Amino acid sequence: MSDATSRSLRMTRRGLRPAGSRRAFLGGALAAVAGALATGCGREGMEAFLQHNFRELSRDELDRIIKRLEGEAKRRYGKKIRIGKEPAMQGVVFGYALDLSRCIGCRRCVHACVQENNPSRSPEIQWIRVLQMEKEKGVDLEAADAYYNPEEVPQEGHFYMPVQCQQCKNPPCVKVCPVGATWKDPDGIVVIDYNWCIGCRYCMAACPYGARHFNWGEPTVQPADLNPETHYLGNRPRPKGVVEKCTFCIQRTRKGLYPACVEVCPTGSRKFGNLADPKSEIRYILENKRVFVFKGELNTQPKFFYFYGV
Amino acid sequence: METLRTFGHFTIDSLPLVLKGDRYYYAWVAFLLLLMALGGFAYAGQVREGLIVTNMRDQVSWGFYIGNFTFLVGVAAAAIMLVIPAYVYHWGPIKEITLLGELLAVSALVMCLGFVLVDIGRVDRFWHIIPFVGRLNLPSSLLAWDVLALNGYLLLNWTVVTYLLYCSYTGKEYNKSVVIPLVLSSIPMAVSIHTVTAFLYNGLAARPFWNSAILAPRFLASAFCSGPAILLILLQILRRTTRLKVQDEAIFKVAELMAYTMGFNLLLTVAEVFKEFYSNTEHLVFIRYLFFGLKGHNGLVPFAWASILTGVVAFLLFLIPKTRTNWVTLNIGCVLIYASVYIEKGMALIIPGLTPDVLGDIYVYRPSLTELLVAAGIFAMGFLVFTLMLKIAVPIMLGEFTGRKAE
Repeated sequence: MSDATSRSLRMTRRGLRPAGSRRAFLGGALAAVAGALATGCGREGMEAFLQHNFRELSRDELDRIIKRLEGEAKRRYGKKIRIGKEPAMQGVVFGYALDLSRCIGCRRCVHACVQENNPSRSPEIQWIRVLQMEKEKGVDLEAADAYYNPEEVPQEGHFYMPVQCQQCKNPPCVKVCPVGATWKDPDGIVVIDYNWCIGCRYCMAACPYGARHFNWGEPTVQPADLNPETHYLGNRPRPKGVVEKCTFCIQRTRKGLYPACVEVCPTGSRKFGNLADPKSEIRYILENKRVFVFKGELNTQPKFFYFYGV
Repeated sequence: METLRTFGHFTIDSLPLVLKGDRYYYAWVAFLLLLMALGGFAYAGQVREGLIVTNMRDQVSWGFYIGNFTFLVGVAAAAIMLVIPAYVYHWGPIKEITLLGELLAVSALVMCLGFVLVDIGRVDRFWHIIPFVGRLNLPSSLLAWDVLALNGYLLLNWTVVTYLLYCSYTGKEYNKSVVIPLVLSSIPMAVSIHTVTAFLYNGLAARPFWNSAILAPRFLASAFCSGPAILLILLQILRRTTRLKVQDEAIFKVAELMAYTMGFNLLLTVAEVFKEFYSNTEHLVFIRYLFFGLKGHNGLVPFAWASILTGVVAFLLFLIPKTRTNWVTLNIGCVLIYASVYIEKGMALIIPGLTPDVLGDIYVYRPSLTELLVAAGIFAMGFLVFTLMLKIAVPIMLGEFTGRKAE
């Protein structure tokens, strides 16, 4: 385990810190007045309005909020959902690798991701974008086509490069957020507090991978399509006007499961594991294959690696 | 206590000033109110439906609102172009000249904050960016710095303006040791608001079009020629419609300063264009999209060239002493420079910065009707603020409106 990794693992778990700071008090006092004028829709609306940043919530507050959100989802979708709050596991830093020599551009990963993560179907949001590129030109974004639609894939002379959140070690999106609504958890997953994001979209301007998506309209998911197994910082239903992104399926991976895109990939191009574990498959790939990171010159240090397996 | 009471009188006494006026005044105010109502109506729709009613999408996630915001930060910053000459060339009683500049800054900032507010997806959470109440991500977020800089500058200008007017009202001489440090500190503050706003884009390595070291100087240079363009026209209107005296000398001096800043602005633009085209790297794609179009998408091309052309013509008009001192050509120059910078900041900065997007996708953005209406409403609000403030300020400056000194 590298120094940096062990350092990050020593970090206290965020999100379970006691609240009651002066800021929370001041925030409460001022916001109460504004809230009374603005929302005027009862106690629950007021509570939602006054809710503070995830990382400043006490255990009790978070439980109460989760209960409220589960109630709201029940009323809206007529379906019981669970909102988990599993923290990062000790000794785990997630990493992802994608075999460009195997990917055929079938986009099953895109659809599995949509089914798993409850993004809006209309207006449509997808967290994975698969780029069709010309072999002759290499990774050339000017020649990339995200809207390819042939009878059959792969197409002669082309290769396919799926792009999603690269879970950067040095994430520009986290740096620019004016209110600290997005941050990197100790297991390396960059998350967003949907109840704190103000929707300024600065993170979208800062992200070199187009990984962040905005809820331009009220997100719609049919109740039958809603995945009830969710995480507070992941795939729970989102409100309109906030930014969302891939979280390496935080609701699955923090329970030891693979992300949905890894599970569904028919060619085995997608690999996932614990970078902190020297015996993991992901570490084997990093040490033995020809690996590159996307836009390495920007020094975002992705934990999403592309490699050539064959 | 006494001061507080006098200040109360000052506030109450200034109300009738705002209500009185000829029919042109009423028509103007009514027109602004109408635009504001239209804008408010459009904004209500946006709050209800979400930002989907704009034409912004994930690829072009900032658009017309942020473009206007950026332009107006420049106008606010440029207000000090009236303050500096007041000191450097010692023309006019300082309070008259600084006052106009600061009033303009205040109204420009009101519009700036308006544009930021309508651009955020969750306006109900605006309190998250209030220092000590929300959670400002300092020192790393430039947007957080911008919130501080803009509001600080607004507060500073507001204070100076109110204090100067209040002093005139009470007939007392203003306290130089209070005003001068404040006015002088507004100069670096003005530079800082536009610099911080430029850094906001400048710091994003993901967007090569903005990630250029001369972006902040370019912002300042363009602001220092477009802001005074508005002021020059304004001064002429004021000396026609009121008894306010503004010397020709003063106007020509500002015009001369503008010639320098415009020359500098053009030089920086050339430097940017040279670097992109000569090195001919993959970054060229953005500037190519702007000036020549890309894969058949060339909606921005006429605007880009219009901005360059108007800028050059205006520069020549201001450079040549004969056209600089001729009212017709001077005013044409003002309009042209205003157009040039408005296009450059409003469209030619934000859109090509985001098109093609980070994965090479070209999404053609043009503002929706909602965006246009909301923007018109915000501009109307700014003009109204400015009109009302002038309505109070001018009589005070002329000494026609003084308080009940006896009390």
